[in-house]
Amino acid sequence: MSAAAPHAAARAALREVARWKPAEYAFWAATAASWFLLPGQHLLLNEIAIFALFALSLDLVLGFGGIVSLGHAAYFGFGGYAAGMLAQAGYTDPLLGLAAAALASAALGFVTSFLVLRGSDLTRIMVTLSVSLVLFELANRLTWLTGGADGLQGITIGPLLGRFDFDLAGHVAYAYSLVVLFVLFLAARRIVHSPFGWTVRAVRGNALRAAAIGLAVDLRLVGIYTMAALYAGIAGALLAQSTQFVSLDMLAFHRSADLLLMLVIGGVGYLYGGMIGALVFKAMQNWVADITPEYWQFWIGLLLVLLVVIGRERIFAGSLVLARRAFGRRG
Amino acid sequence: MAAVLTNLFDGIAYGMLLFVLACGLSVTLGLMNLINLAHGSFAMVAGYAAAVLVNRYGVPFLAALPLAFLVGAVLGAVMERTLYVHVYRKSHLDQVLFTIGIVFMSMATVAYVAGSAQVFIHLPGFLKARYVVGGVSMGAYRLLIIAVCGVLALGLQFILARTRFGSRLRAAVDDPVVARGLGIPVDSIFTIAFAAGSGLAGLGGALGAEVLGLDPGFPLKFMVYFLIVVTVGGSSSITGPFVAALLLGVADVAGKYYVPDLGAFVIYTVMLVMLLWRPAGLFTRAGGR
Amino acid sequence: MNAALEIVGLSRRFGGLVATNDVSLRLERGARHALIGPNGAGKTTLINLLSGVLAPSAGRILLDGTDITALRPDARVHRGLVRTFQINQLFADLTPLTTVGLAVSRRLGLDRQFWRRLGSKGEIVDECVAILERFDLLGVMNERVGALPYGRQRLLEIALAIACGPRVLLLDEPAAGVPEGEREGILAGVAALPVEVSVLLIEHDMDLVFRFAQRISVLVNGSVLMQGSPAEVAADARVREVYLGEEVHG
Repeated sequence: MSAAAPHAAARAALREVARWKPAEYAFWAATAASWFLLPGQHLLLNEIAIFALFALSLDLVLGFGGIVSLGHAAYFGFGGYAAGMLAQAGYTDPLLGLAAAALASAALGFVTSFLVLRGSDLTRIMVTLSVSLVLFELANRLTWLTGGADGLQGITIGPLLGRFDFDLAGHVAYAYSLVVLFVLFLAARRIVHSPFGWTVRAVRGNALRAAAIGLAVDLRLVGIYTMAALYAGIAGALLAQSTQFVSLDMLAFHRSADLLLMLVIGGVGYLYGGMIGALVFKAMQNWVADITPEYWQFWIGLLLVLLVVIGRERIFAGSLVLARRAFGRRG
Repeated sequence: MAAVLTNLFDGIAYGMLLFVLACGLSVTLGLMNLINLAHGSFAMVAGYAAAVLVNRYGVPFLAALPLAFLVGAVLGAVMERTLYVHVYRKSHLDQVLFTIGIVFMSMATVAYVAGSAQVFIHLPGFLKARYVVGGVSMGAYRLLIIAVCGVLALGLQFILARTRFGSRLRAAVDDPVVARGLGIPVDSIFTIAFAAGSGLAGLGGALGAEVLGLDPGFPLKFMVYFLIVVTVGGSSSITGPFVAALLLGVADVAGKYYVPDLGAFVIYTVMLVMLLWRPAGLFTRAGGR
Repeated sequence: MNAALEIVGLSRRFGGLVATNDVSLRLERGARHALIGPNGAGKTTLINLLSGVLAPSAGRILLDGTDITALRPDARVHRGLVRTFQINQLFADLTPLTTVGLAVSRRLGLDRQFWRRLGSKGEIVDECVAILERFDLLGVMNERVGALPYGRQRLLEIALAIACGPRVLLLDEPAAGVPEGEREGILAGVAALPVEVSVLLIEHDMDLVFRFAQRISVLVNGSVLMQGSPAEVAADARVREVYLGEEVHG
């Protein structure tokens, strides 16, 4: 073997890890095609795209950072309220609202990230849960600001880029959400393949060793948590803008629980899991809603129990391995 | 001053109730390192069972309490043997998903069977009396709660400190691996502890129905309260959860009385501060697990 | 000239138990220094104190003349004090290549880079390949670390430490648990450490110790019993009694 051969092999291997796989092109091609082929479903698809972004955000925290969060709705709702209040105050440009929500949620994420740095899974679950509960109670009580249980009323959103008015069928909204999702996905993809992204994986894999190779463990977690909060805030803003309504429900516990389920359905730690999970979850919800809308919660519960008792990996073994391979999850 | 004492009295009753509801949870957490978010489901189902027994079949309220314990215990034992047994070795994420699943199923089932409105248990007349001692107004119902929970707490303390089962349980909580090595049947101890804890939760659910409010949202509403009792109180003794529950009860009643606008905000904030200040619990020994 | 690493009166108590008792030690530049002692002598506690996992109850640690006693573990690594672990502490889901790659990126100060791909800089790949080659890991560089044979994981333990660019390297029982057939690989890996790196080796394996060390310190019950050349240590009656004697009796 010549001296250059291992070098070239190593280069190729590192490039290969980050290379775009055919399945990824197919995924995004199909996603883009859905806008043209399913115009009648744009309202539902828009919601799916928003939850896909929200689930992508949780994947950054859980799949890459290794933090079990039971209160991720805090950042989703915070972003929603930020965008909604800005619109209420007369600043109706959607992109401005998005930026404001991103900043607000990232700031909240940054501050609260220090609470989850240490402690067991249980402590982290309780801390994330309490943060979301505190926010929920605040939104509930500060009626003059948030509208309390009635939600934020009378939000009007201006035309996108000053040209495209949001329509009732969700055509503009879906295109808008898709583009935002795609751009943020690209950024997330770059980041998880960067040296920073690898150090976050290292911290999740073994925090003791991560420190022993000179990584400031806390900074990694603060970084990824803040970034995830920013993503969740943007997802919340998208929902607020496309429904022109913000309610307490955006901060509710079941949001966080549903989100965990979505991510787990699709698989943790390879970025596509949350997006696939959001699609499956919403499709199921839509299907069950046609049969027995009242008892949706029961079926969600049953699904969660079965998932765990039978074994997540076993249920999805085939499809998950295939999906991970196709979308390229390799160490 | 009398109002303060009345609030204190109500808070103590509420706190003791929380202790009986949550004490089983601290054992399951300590023994199996199991994160069980569904503890409240057992309390709710048993509470509803008691309500049906009293309201529809005319069972006396006091007789319904042991029956509620039984419902909770049997349900707990069955669930533990059939379902929970699969998740001890799984990750905490799996345990969270699983127990949230149980919570959702129980909520939907209760809503389906009994409707989503709040359910009340008909209390016998003597429990509606009020006594005023030195200006402090005490309801007979809350006195009963304090009496029952106090007796239960003493009984639990006795079982843990003085019986063979108690010493084995303490050994198992302290270090399940070593206990297993010593030939202590950790698994059956766990089943018994789980069933007894669920039974106590059931009894608490029935006893406290008037204070807590029985509706399908019960397991979620009290999930946080139980978790506070457990994490703040730790699982190394029964005193820790007891003191934690009392503090929580008094703080919650006082918070709702003096700053009603803030609602549950006070409790959640206190919990956050507690978690940051002493993440391993207020009453755990230094250097303990 | 300053010693590469100097320990002055280092102590650590756990409650009433003294795990490290007034230990002083001097590691010269380029040293090959071994630390031996029976089980429970406090060797691993000492490594934990040096690497910053534990805080000492008393004493100071000087790296190249600078006091680092109060520094966090990662800051000590930045200054060139790197350790390995007696029980493998690796990133099971990564590959040897990405493991070493991220450590090299860290050392070159690129670990906060979040926009460029890992390995997009040629010098990182060059270094990774050089390190993997030195520890005979090139052939498995794209395998999952968790799936590697134990001996390979032990080698990666050392390779990962080398990737951090140590000036002082603390090796915590590199041969621990390695089956006979894979031992030579570990010995070769230890022998191949760059000469400019000062090494403190903690080891049970006397064969490895005497092949490797120019100087040996004997730790008993948390205190240094004696220090000297391998010949002096081997000839010392107290050492034979306390340490080698116990070894013989098992």
